[in-house]
Amino acid sequence: MMRCWVYGDDVNTDVIFPGKYTYTLKTPEEIAAKALEDLDPNFARHVRPGDVMVAGRNWGCGSSREQAVTALKYAGIQLIIAASFNGLYFRNCINQGIRPVVNDKLYQILKTGDVIEIIDGAIHAKGQIFPIPPLSPSVQAIIDAGGLVPMLRQRFGGVR
Amino acid sequence: MSGFTFAEKALARAAGIPTARAGDVLDITPDLIFSHDNTAAIRRIFAEIGATHITRPERIAITLDHAVPAPTTQHAQNHAEIREWVKAQGIKRFFEVGRGICHQVISEEALILPGEVIFGSDSHSTHFGWLGAFGMGVGRTEMASLWATGQLWLRVPESMRIKLTGKPQVGVTAKDIALHIIGCWSTSGAAYRSVEFTGDTIQFLSLDERAVLPNMMAEFGAMNAYLPPDEAVFTYLEAKRTRDYTPIYPDEDATYEADYAISVDALEPLIALPHQPDNVVGVSDVVGEPVQQAFLGTCTNGRYEDLEAAATVLKGRQVRIRMIVIPASSQVLLRAMQSGVLQTLIEAGATIATPGCGPCMGNHMGIPAPAEATISSANRNFKGRMGTADAMTYLANPYVVAASAITGVLTDPREFLA
Repeated sequence: MMRCWVYGDDVNTDVIFPGKYTYTLKTPEEIAAKALEDLDPNFARHVRPGDVMVAGRNWGCGSSREQAVTALKYAGIQLIIAASFNGLYFRNCINQGIRPVVNDKLYQILKTGDVIEIIDGAIHAKGQIFPIPPLSPSVQAIIDAGGLVPMLRQRFGGVR
Repeated sequence: MSGFTFAEKALARAAGIPTARAGDVLDITPDLIFSHDNTAAIRRIFAEIGATHITRPERIAITLDHAVPAPTTQHAQNHAEIREWVKAQGIKRFFEVGRGICHQVISEEALILPGEVIFGSDSHSTHFGWLGAFGMGVGRTEMASLWATGQLWLRVPESMRIKLTGKPQVGVTAKDIALHIIGCWSTSGAAYRSVEFTGDTIQFLSLDERAVLPNMMAEFGAMNAYLPPDEAVFTYLEAKRTRDYTPIYPDEDATYEADYAISVDALEPLIALPHQPDNVVGVSDVVGEPVQQAFLGTCTNGRYEDLEAAATVLKGRQVRIRMIVIPASSQVLLRAMQSGVLQTLIEAGATIATPGCGPCMGNHMGIPAPAEATISSANRNFKGRMGTADAMTYLANPYVVAASAITGVLTDPREFLA
């Protein structure tokens, strides 16, 4: 069971992770602690591993800063569902191994605190089933590897 | 078979294949990649990958611009790590504190040319459409991957076309055209899209002004934005370029998902109200709203003509509120000094800071107090953007910024331009 955090339209990267922290905070714990600081201070305090982000149109608009994805990842978010994503944010999700799911209906029916399940590649929510649409094979390969860094680590021999 | 868009042509070229269509996923080899103060973070990801040497260091540019000079010990340490890395990797296109903002410096140095592809770890990398290049922002992990492999996966975007006709009135600039577009079709109006500009307005815009359009299309959600390069662009590049290039133009029968037309003749100066760049109204709708700070600068409106526009308004007048002017580059600063524009600004009561991004993203040099309002020539006014969640930022063109600095309230600059 995955617990949902639901936010609205046009949530930008400045409120997901403020720009003033981008060159000074480095550890996952520090970065996760600032997630959504200017939007919902409760989020960083109460988010749990395995929770799901659900949002409206244009989630992640604004800056290219990757911490807007990694802050959520470090906080335990593994899936982001939105009516639509900013293009750069969508790419940052893929490269961090976070599956971005575009689905307006889920945004409309889910409220913060609701729970969903993923069964056989489909999202089960409120008694309804929403298949997760396939990505192109080369993009799916990045998700399957756990992100672009793990994928490249296989090629360049890096160690964690 | 229909023709090809600019994005389809430019990305096919950079992938080394004859043709590509929107939706294709390609491995792109960009002509230039760049990063800024985030270079030290990219270096850590690069090390995690296991790579040791940058592929094609001759096609990399690095600027220090986002927090310069370093406001804290942590920022200084960040810069020190970057300098060490630049030296170790033999990166020659490194631009120190004070040289200017990445997009402006790379443009001045002619490091990217028409028809080429440039990726930067900065969302305003759409900027380079001003000279007919495909410019796109990427994340830090993507930049580390580019360092390691020289390539990046990319889904060729669908395109939309915006035809601009007519000539802007006095006091109205390319900033207002950009705000008008974003105000009409929202910050997600061009999501995942390549934006192509066309129409006779482009020829009326100076090169300084042209850069505003693709730069601000980041706020439109665009992946990239393109202006067809003309003789003015070629002449600008001729003395500086170090390689040949072939400009790329879209085919007349290319496929567009949307086709918009805007007559710019009737536009008035516009303002984006807090806290969204698409919360756009005419200046006449909000005249009289108090502001406590005026900020002129950034990659969007920190070029010479922007400073000159402000000087036109401020000549022989005094600002009533604090006004911070940050030239986009050392060349802009030098030119403004030589022409007397700088003197006019200082005599009017403005202060000048080191070329760079300044308070745009809340690092330093003009962070507002809670409940204060700033009239800014920047590109974003999201909540907390300038470093203070409870502050308000209004976005406008340089004339509006200068006029509002004189009065201390949002002001239509045309009353000073008659």
